[in-house]
Amino acid sequence: VSEALKEGRVTPTELCQRCLSLIKSTRFLNAYITVAEETALKQAEASEERYKRGQPLGVLDGIPIAVKDNFNTAGIETTCASNMLRGYVSPYNATVVQKLLDQGAVLLGKTNLDEFAMGSGSTDGVFGPVRNPWSYSRQYKEKSVPESHSEDKEPDWVITGGSSGGSAAAVSSFTCFAALGSDTGGSTRNPAAHCGVVGLKPTYGLISRHGLIPLVNSMDVPGILTRCVDDAAVVLGSLAGHDPKDSTTIQDNFKPFELPNLTDVSKLSIGIPKEYHAPGLSSEILSLWSKAADLFQNAGAKVVEVSLPHTRYSIVCYHVLCTAEVASNMARFDGLEYGHRSDMNESTESMYAATRREGFNDVVRGRILSGNYFLLKQNYEKYFIKAQKVRRLIANDFVKVFRSGIDVLLTPTTLSDAAPYLEFIKEDNRTRSAQDDILTQAANMAGLPAINVPTALSERGLPVGLQFIGRSFQEQQLLTVAKWFEKQVQFPLIQLEEVKIHDRGVFQHQKSASFS
Amino acid sequence: EKVSVEVLDRLEHLALVDFRDAEGVERLQKAVQFADQLHEVNTDGIEPMDSVLEDRCLYLREDDVTEGNCTKELLENAREKVEEYFVAPPGNIPLPKLEERDTFLQGS
Repeated sequence: VSEALKEGRVTPTELCQRCLSLIKSTRFLNAYITVAEETALKQAEASEERYKRGQPLGVLDGIPIAVKDNFNTAGIETTCASNMLRGYVSPYNATVVQKLLDQGAVLLGKTNLDEFAMGSGSTDGVFGPVRNPWSYSRQYKEKSVPESHSEDKEPDWVITGGSSGGSAAAVSSFTCFAALGSDTGGSTRNPAAHCGVVGLKPTYGLISRHGLIPLVNSMDVPGILTRCVDDAAVVLGSLAGHDPKDSTTIQDNFKPFELPNLTDVSKLSIGIPKEYHAPGLSSEILSLWSKAADLFQNAGAKVVEVSLPHTRYSIVCYHVLCTAEVASNMARFDGLEYGHRSDMNESTESMYAATRREGFNDVVRGRILSGNYFLLKQNYEKYFIKAQKVRRLIANDFVKVFRSGIDVLLTPTTLSDAAPYLEFIKEDNRTRSAQDDILTQAANMAGLPAINVPTALSERGLPVGLQFIGRSFQEQQLLTVAKWFEKQVQFPLIQLEEVKIHDRGVFQHQKSASFS
Repeated sequence: EKVSVEVLDRLEHLALVDFRDAEGVERLQKAVQFADQLHEVNTDGIEPMDSVLEDRCLYLREDDVTEGNCTKELLENAREKVEEYFVAPPGNIPLPKLEERDTFLQGS
């Protein structure tokens, strides 16, 4: 579509308006919390001026994007899907948002998520759950057994996965060309897999977290969701690099890259970690994973089974470290400087307590309390320090494997395809997160880059993705392999039924659906 | 081994967040049980890991003022303020003790 913009076949304002109207007609997905219609149109107009002068800022100029609602956006409400920040309008842009805007991208709005990014379904926010666009696809409808007892009852819609579900749904339903998510335990890759889009988790330290409302400072990264791997590389190129405002970004010079069209994989060594054959992995995904390994082998790559022995402890380890950091990070929400404030006025402490009781949901409060428990003096050594030691063991597992000559690891991203909402909510948030994060969490623990590539449709007609995990700061290699794989599998385009026909014009053509 | 009411009370004080109901307390009990699995791992001789970037030097920029003077913007999001101050209720008043507090833990 970037080509189309340059050649004048479509203008930024047209593109913006089409996206905005598509957002309106897909409102039932609940992917967006805030739609910044006025500012988006202004940005689109400014972009149009630049194209008319023949001076676009780059590939991203005029491209409509969406941002997860836990990134600060100046002048636009940032809620983290929580009552605590309802009505909070940030005074500044997160660095990644600023970078995108500086490239001329058009910010359409803020997407829905689990409250404070805690969850794996995008079902626990105060604005309601996000619906997976594939629930309304012909592919899913064809495979589902019709409900015998009603014609007009709501279809059995499936979840998007989380916590960046809104962003994934937005990209999947064509309302934007790229979206920002965040990834702490798999929150970008999980919904990417369920929504059939590319979800990239960059190496910790590559992209600035300044302005990303923190969950776990030592594991959070901004995530990138796009419809193809090339697009992810373009967005990565505009976001990566040192930020003086985030001292956890590395100081090495980052050079944006274009992905080569790999044809010869014979020099590649792909690792298959056997522990990722986790309990509960669906036989469908197991077989897809196996087919993918064969694909690489038949093309001449070296495919090796490897072992990451501490994989099964990564969830427990995460549970302790995450709740501990959350307990600390959520302490800032006291109602004094921003956000919700209770009317209770008897004392500072009672006001804080009441504000936090009113502002946080059960999931957030539960994690804060657990975190405080693990940080108690009598528990600190036993739980928190212990978890930090286990973290090193997990990180070392990866180091050992990569040192043995493996270039990239190939694993499933999720245990199964997207669950129907009614099924998903039968278990509580912590149980679900513990189940769903198992394949994605370890990469956050070790800070490694990982990417979900949509692979095939399940028997129920829903997307299934596979994950590639790469070496630290080797995004170029990781994305090159991912792009080769993407080309081999030819994942089908979603056939959305409820969308008005004329809106599909620009997006139907595969090439225009991506911007690179 | 259940978490005692004293500890639960202390947690409510520390976190300034309440358990609200039996489910909240049960959630913590389950969380602790879950975390106990960590003890199966042998970590003798292993150093705790704070950050995956531990082998690198943290960036410290020059101590020069590069931005600021945004008092008005920062105050905009606060509900209670007077001139350029955030207004808080009286401090130094601890949260009431368990017996006097309106908490689910009372009577546990």
